[in-house]
This record gives sequence, structure tokens and C-alpha cells, in this order.
Amino acid sequence: MNIFPRIVFVLLGLFIVLNWGLIMAGIIRKIIARLGMRRGIKVFQPYINLIKNYSIRSQLSHGVMFYLGPVFRLSGGVGIFLFMPLIYGSDYWSNFSFTGDLILITYFMFFGMLGMALGAGEGGHPYSAIGISRGLAQFTAIEVPMTLAILSIAIQYQTLSISEIVAAQQGGIQNWTMVTNPLATIAAMLSFLGAMGHSPFNVVMAPQENPVGPPTEYHGTFLGVLQTNRAILHVIEAVLYMNLFFGGASNWGVLIIKTFLIYFWSVFVGMVFPRFRVDQSIPWFLKIPLVIGIAAIVVFII
Amino acid sequence: MNELIDHIKARFPIYDVIESQPGQIFVSLEASKLIPMITSLKTNHGFTVLVIFTAVDWIEDDKFQITYVLNNPKEKQDLGIRVFIHRDDATMESIHHLWKHAATFQRELKEMFGIDFPGSPGVDDPFLLEGWDNIPPMRRDFDTKKYSEETYFPRPGRETNDPATFMKQMLYPDD
Amino acid sequence: MSEKKQTEQDKFLAPENKKHTVIGPDGEEIQVDPLNDYFCTDLPKVEAPYKGVLEKFLNWARAESLWVLSYGTGCGSIELPPLFSPRFDAYRFGVAMRPTPRQSGVLIISGYLAVKTLKRVIRSYEQMQNPKYVIALGSCTINGGMYWDSYNTINRLDHYLPVDVYIAGCMPRPEAILAGFNKLKERIKSGNAEGANEYIEKLEWYKANQKKIIKDWNMPTYNW
Repeated sequence: MNIFPRIVFVLLGLFIVLNWGLIMAGIIRKIIARLGMRRGIKVFQPYINLIKNYSIRSQLSHGVMFYLGPVFRLSGGVGIFLFMPLIYGSDYWSNFSFTGDLILITYFMFFGMLGMALGAGEGGHPYSAIGISRGLAQFTAIEVPMTLAILSIAIQYQTLSISEIVAAQQGGIQNWTMVTNPLATIAAMLSFLGAMGHSPFNVVMAPQENPVGPPTEYHGTFLGVLQTNRAILHVIEAVLYMNLFFGGASNWGVLIIKTFLIYFWSVFVGMVFPRFRVDQSIPWFLKIPLVIGIAAIVVFII
Repeated sequence: MNELIDHIKARFPIYDVIESQPGQIFVSLEASKLIPMITSLKTNHGFTVLVIFTAVDWIEDDKFQITYVLNNPKEKQDLGIRVFIHRDDATMESIHHLWKHAATFQRELKEMFGIDFPGSPGVDDPFLLEGWDNIPPMRRDFDTKKYSEETYFPRPGRETNDPATFMKQMLYPDD
Repeated sequence: MSEKKQTEQDKFLAPENKKHTVIGPDGEEIQVDPLNDYFCTDLPKVEAPYKGVLEKFLNWARAESLWVLSYGTGCGSIELPPLFSPRFDAYRFGVAMRPTPRQSGVLIISGYLAVKTLKRVIRSYEQMQNPKYVIALGSCTINGGMYWDSYNTINRLDHYLPVDVYIAGCMPRPEAILAGFNKLKERIKSGNAEGANEYIEKLEWYKANQKKIIKDWNMPTYNW
């Protein structure tokens, strides 16, 4: 396909993913509210919050890096999106995926984090600094089992292309990585809990402990950019896990159902378990998921 | 309890012994004898808890009364000790070496009554009244209402009504 | 500023905010005046609202997404947590708590204000971004309430901050606070809730009132 139609489809895909991310956030908050016997927010509340944040009149900046922090964060989220094939077998919705996109995507996952750390650090608020140090430490611990699981899949399918991994899983549930490589799936799904930042591992942004952590000083449009990024990132990481472990999606309906279920897994665990401190969560990631991840690799080497 | 009072009476010149309720006794004492007495009470008689420590302004007698209430958790006894000091040079010995939290009480007393406790840590730091520039507000010669009216000014041209008289005028204008 | 006034102000400064010398990495001495060097000394500007349908739409969004600074000043702050419990559930009105003033748009003054607290309230209010709204709970913020003759609590809040909605009561129950939120929404949607700009326009009057009360003013004129 030519580059210009492809760009149009990439932008269209980004638009769909952003909207699905916002609606999904609303639906999940509604479900949580119903669990708590409340009416809860409107389903479209994330949209309203976004519009409100973009319409704040006065902004103040603490410096260049403060300005660039949300930009880096957004480019991290959009960067993952750009190289992620969304729909299996569709040339229109495969974005800019190429043979080595798995490596690039794992890199982009950390990129946004680091940019945000630099930006929030310049904000100068002590809670930002605490949140960043906790966030980076915890995310490093999350990355280890996730990388092991991804390596395990790469060994299993002998490829680093997400499209090929999806193609290898076609033909029914018995071909999904979830069935053919359960150890890697377990390790990755446990690290997914941490990557989504829901309850057991949300000490980074816990409002009760270190008031919202890294984005403490961000307001108005800065915060709007961060919210936009969060909506994109939640969907696109769920798409990554869907592609790697749950057979990909052959149309948008399947993508929406699968990403919702994968994301709901982290919400479900979050509703059940209380929050870990950072000195509890990091050892936890370096114990159980790490051992499972190593086992997933050892199985395929032997 | 009476044994204890007899025991103390033999060693310290206490007077005005009042048993306000069973297990709770208030005694009065000269200010200079306070430190030896409560040190002895804490170390020998088991009064290990400083419950409260406050002051009363007896402006007619030109005195401050400082009350220390000690508690003996084992015997479930309370002992209140009153000492009187002059209002003009209101200075008292600090007891922060016996109980650490007494320093906070003393800081508050310094601010609210102007009673000085030399040597107490942080006694001159503001507690509630940052930048206070009047006489200490808990002294009875401080006119709270006047100060409030002068400082927290009403909007010009605005009248305030006492609700009771106002409603009386509204409902029964003839009386 | 005259020399005498300067020293008067310096008396109340925190030790780290007094003028001092810092020794640089190469051993050179640098004179630091924190109030001028570390803090922004600019005054805010009026941010004019847009006109017509666009502003109406934005005002609708602002009204439907009220982020409240979780900061309680008096006894009324205990009425706020039940708002987010299943019984009252303020979330359905788009009300949410934010722990940082930067991200919140509504400041609730929940009851009596001591002078010491007023200083913190002013700092929090000025750190919030335009547009911002103030809800005052209880009779203490209206005329002093039962603390009308107290030596340490202010009598009228709107001498010091522009108030959008007063909720009467001592204390108002959570239902009354929900009604107050709805009143505030109406006010925002009608375009009258321009308290932030009003504060900037009449900054001198507000600052004069604030400095009359806060005698140890040891912070910049406007706390960005």
C-alpha cells in the first residue's frame, strides 16, 4: 500500500483506539461503581474530563523538560501504536509493523516512562520525585518477567514479528499461545497487572499516599495529554497481549471484546487485592513471575 | 490514696487537699517545690502519665494557677497539683525533662497565657497564632470581642443584629 | 520597598527563605534572595473567556467535571468523605476529589477559618488554575457563625477570596452540599462563575485585606 493511504488509516486507527480507550475507562468505572452499589460516573465522563482539562485557561511551566514530559509520554504511547498490527490479515490496519517490531515495542514501553520522569522531576514537587523513583523501580521489575515471556514466545515461534506470531496462532483456541505456551502467558499476564497500574501495584500514583505521584504538578493541557496517552496506552498494551497470547483479532469487534477482557483482568485483580507497598511489589515481581518466565524459556531451550 | 497524701504531706508543704471524686485528689503547692514533688511522684509513686497541664487566670488575685494532672495507671489514681505564680513575671520551671510532650503544652501556654518556661525546646515558636502582636489571648484582660471587631472588619455600612432582639422586634413590635 | 519594611518582612521568613550565600561547585560565593530568585514574582493576568457557543460548550464541560481539592479547613471537612460513599455518591454529578491544587478546580472552604489556615488556603487557591471556583460551607464563612467574636477566626470569607456558592448550615449535611454543587453547576453554565478573573482584577483589594489579617506575611505576593 502507498504511504499516504497508510497514514490515513493509521490516523483513523489512532482515533478509534483513543475513543475505545476513553469509553472503556468509563465502562470500567461504571462497573466498579455498580459493584459498590453506586450509580457511578457517566460513561462519557472521561470525555468531559478531557475537554475540561484542555479548556483550562492558564498554564504554567517549570521549564523545557516539564513541557516535554507529557510529549514524551504521548510519543511513547503513540510509538507503540504505530508499530502494532491491529487486525490480523488486514493490510489497512497493520500500521507500520515490520519484521522486528516486537523489540521496538518493548523499547517504546520504557521510553514514555523515562520522558515522564525527566519532566516530572523538573516540576520540583517532592511527591513527583517519590512517585518517579517508585515508578521506575517497579516498572523495571515488571519488565523483567515480561521480557522473559516475550523471549520465550520468540524462541517458540522463531520470529520477532508480531504479525507472524499472530498468523501462527490462527485456526482455533488450541493454537493460541495461551494453550501452547501457558508458562509465558502466566508470566506476562502477571506483569500486565503491574503495567496497567491497578490496585495491587498502584503505589506509584496512589492518591492517598503520595498525591498522584509523577503528574502532581501537571495541570490543564499537560494533564489532558497525559490522559489521552493513558487511554491509548491501555488499549494498545491490551492489543499487544492479545496479539501475543490470545490469537489476535480478525476484525474490530473481536479486538474490542478481547482488549476489554484483557484489561478487565487487571481491574478484576485490582478490585480484589489491596495495594502493595513498593518494597513488597518489587520482590513479588522478582519472585513468582520471574521464576515462571525463566521456566517458560528453559522449557523451550530443552 | 490517703496514705499517699499523708506520705507526701510529710515531705512537701501541700495544702488545700480536695478529693473531687474517688481516686482523684487535687492539692496545692508552692511553685518552688513543684519539680522535686513531681519528680518524686513519677519515680517513687508510679504517677508516670502527665494527663494534662494547663493554666487558669485569676486576674482578681493577680495570679496564674498552673494545674498539673498526673495519673497512676496501675492504681488508677489521679493527682492534680496546683501551683500559683504571679501574673507580672509569669515564669515557671520547665518539666520537659520529665515528659517530652510537656514541651508542647508549655509552648501553647507561652502563646496563650504568656507564661514563660525557660529552657523548654521551641517554647518561643508560634503554635497557632502566627505573627501575633497583641497580649496573649487567653489572659482575661484581653478583650476578644473588641479585638475581633477591630481585626476581622465587617463590610462598611453593614449592621449586625442580635437575633433575639431582632426577632422580638419583628414579631412583637408593640412590647 | 523601604529598608525598614524589608527587615519587618524578613523577621517572619523561614530560615531557608532568608537572604543567604550559597557556595558553588567551584568555591565561588553566590548571593541568594529566595523570595525573588526561587519564586515567581509576576502577577497573574486576566484570562478572557471565549465568546458565544464555544464558551458555552466549554462551560458545560467545566460544570460537568468538577475536581475538588481534598483539603478541609474546619469541622465541615468531615461532611465531605460521605459524599463519595454509596449513599450520596457525588461521582454521578461529575464531582471527584483531586489531591493536588494544580489539577483541581473547586476549593471547598469547609467551615471556620483560623488565620493560620487562611494563609494555607490562599496559597492553595493561588496554585489552582483559572477557571477555579470556591464553595463556602457553613455560617462561619458567611458571618463568623458561632466564632463571630473569636480572636483567631475570620468573619467573612469573601473579604479574602471570591466565593461562588455559599451553603448555609452549621454544618450543612451532605445533601445540602450536593445541592450546592448543582447550584455551582448552574452558575458555571450561565457563565457567571468568573471568580478567578474577579480575583485578579481586584487583586490589590484582596491582597490588602489578606495582609491586614496575616501579620507574618512571609511568602511572595502571589503564590503561583
